Amino acid sequence: MVRFEHVGLRYGLGPEVLRDLTFRIASGSFQFLTGPSGAGKTSLLRLLFLSLRPTRGLITLFGHDIATLSKDAMATLRRRMGIVFQDFRLLDHLTTFENVALPLRVLGHNEESYREEVVELLTWVGLGDRIRALPPVLSGGEKQRAAIARAVIARPQLLLADEPTGNVDPTLAQRLLRLFVELNKSGTAVVIATHDIALMDQFDARRLVLHQGRLYVYD
Amino acid sequence: MSTTDAAPDQDRDYGVDAPTAPAVLPRFETPIVPRATISGRALVAVVAIMTFLASLTTGAAVLVRSAANEWQADVAREVSIQIRPEAGRDIEADIARAAAIARGTPGVAEVRPYSKDETTRLLEPWLGSGMQLDQLPVPRLIVVRIASGAAPDLTQLRQALAQAIPDASLDDHRGFVARMQAMSNALVVAGIGVLVLVFVATVLSATFATHAAIAANRPVIEVLHLIGAKDKFIAGHFERHFLRLGLQGGLIGGGTGMALFALAGLASSWPFDPSRDDQLAALFGSISIGPRGYVAVLSEIALIALVTAATSRWTVTRTIETMHE
Repeated sequence: MVRFEHVGLRYGLGPEVLRDLTFRIASGSFQFLTGPSGAGKTSLLRLLFLSLRPTRGLITLFGHDIATLSKDAMATLRRRMGIVFQDFRLLDHLTTFENVALPLRVLGHNEESYREEVVELLTWVGLGDRIRALPPVLSGGEKQRAAIARAVIARPQLLLADEPTGNVDPTLAQRLLRLFVELNKSGTAVVIATHDIALMDQFDARRLVLHQGRLYVYD
Repeated sequence: MSTTDAAPDQDRDYGVDAPTAPAVLPRFETPIVPRATISGRALVAVVAIMTFLASLTTGAAVLVRSAANEWQADVAREVSIQIRPEAGRDIEADIARAAAIARGTPGVAEVRPYSKDETTRLLEPWLGSGMQLDQLPVPRLIVVRIASGAAPDLTQLRQALAQAIPDASLDDHRGFVARMQAMSNALVVAGIGVLVLVFVATVLSATFATHAAIAANRPVIEVLHLIGAKDKFIAGHFERHFLRLGLQGGLIGGGTGMALFALAGLASSWPFDPSRDDQLAALFGSISIGPRGYVAVLSEIALIALVTAATSRWTVTRTIETMHE
């Protein structure tokens, strides 16, 4: 599904923040991406969701060499991924329902075909009574769950989550982890970037460890 | 998503609150691009003010141009015959002869000799009242009005007058018309110059205000881009939104300008103050910008709305490109 071959990344003329990364992410796999702050976790995630281009090396996503992709083709690949941002990135003028339904609207789905589905998912993540609420009035945990619901609503083949438990208490973090595990069971490949060791200890999964720009894989 | 089926019962406690589905399903009612933002309202205000100023300038240019054309046409429709008094000649007989020659010229609609009293009144502002014209060699005038659309042979008329009355001369106001034409052309060029400046300022203001409004919406663009929206989808939404804002501002500003001209036109044709009416009519004819003026203002509204929409599309596309830099 994802293949990195000797990938390097530098910002401008600065030093390489990611060096010679070579790894694969298989369909239906589950992995934690970890490492100390500033190790390059977010940069690696940005490479994965095509927000950055590598300065060297080869990246293939879903069998496509990203260096040869047009803008439209990149957008099409992004639709196969779900992204949970560390800062949620919910749109403040849209309700919780509308934020979660946004990817389906972008895909051009008929509203009637997804209304029930979105409500069902929101109810499942415990936001059944916050459907018409705007993000500014949601708590951190509620925003986190809305962001996760938005990332998974279009049934992505690859879910990328950047510190998805960074803003919640340990109990809610555990619940969110169980949500990701359930998604993985339904066939979605999951990459969770975190430096929360306690969270990783709760689930035995592959670990991709970034240290000083290099990647160490522990299967 | 079939998450309910996929999740076993013991895993249905992801939420903090008891999950309850609403009785009525919600709808996606909010526009993707936020409507009532401060930057959006500021853009409408800027476009409205600048379109109002542009419509006033356009109206003024149209008024000056039509007034100048009317002045020229009025002057060009008249020629005058001047008869100087000469010792030993009967000036009244000369006037009657000159008037007869003029009347006999094809294309002349009306010939009106000014009587002695009328000539006295014409000179009153300069020489005072109670003056005896017999003591002064004051020339007498015959006003010849040319029929609409006709072009009488003035050279032949001049020759005929010269043969019959040696002291008569024909003035076709050519020099005056030429000076009037130069002055009105200068006024029209100045009007068009001011209009171009105001219009450029309007376009620039709309462009900068649109840039600012798009910058305020950058998070929306980023999120749409990252969840897989194609550039066309994002740019299209913003373009439609900003076209609406541009039209709204343009209609407010241009509409106010047109309403003012319509009111001024009505007021100038309202006969409640004849003296003021005469003064305005002398300067501008009627204060009406006419259908062409209204069409010009409507075109400005449409153009400014299109500029706003095009600027938004360009800025959104540029914003998406910077996300990859």
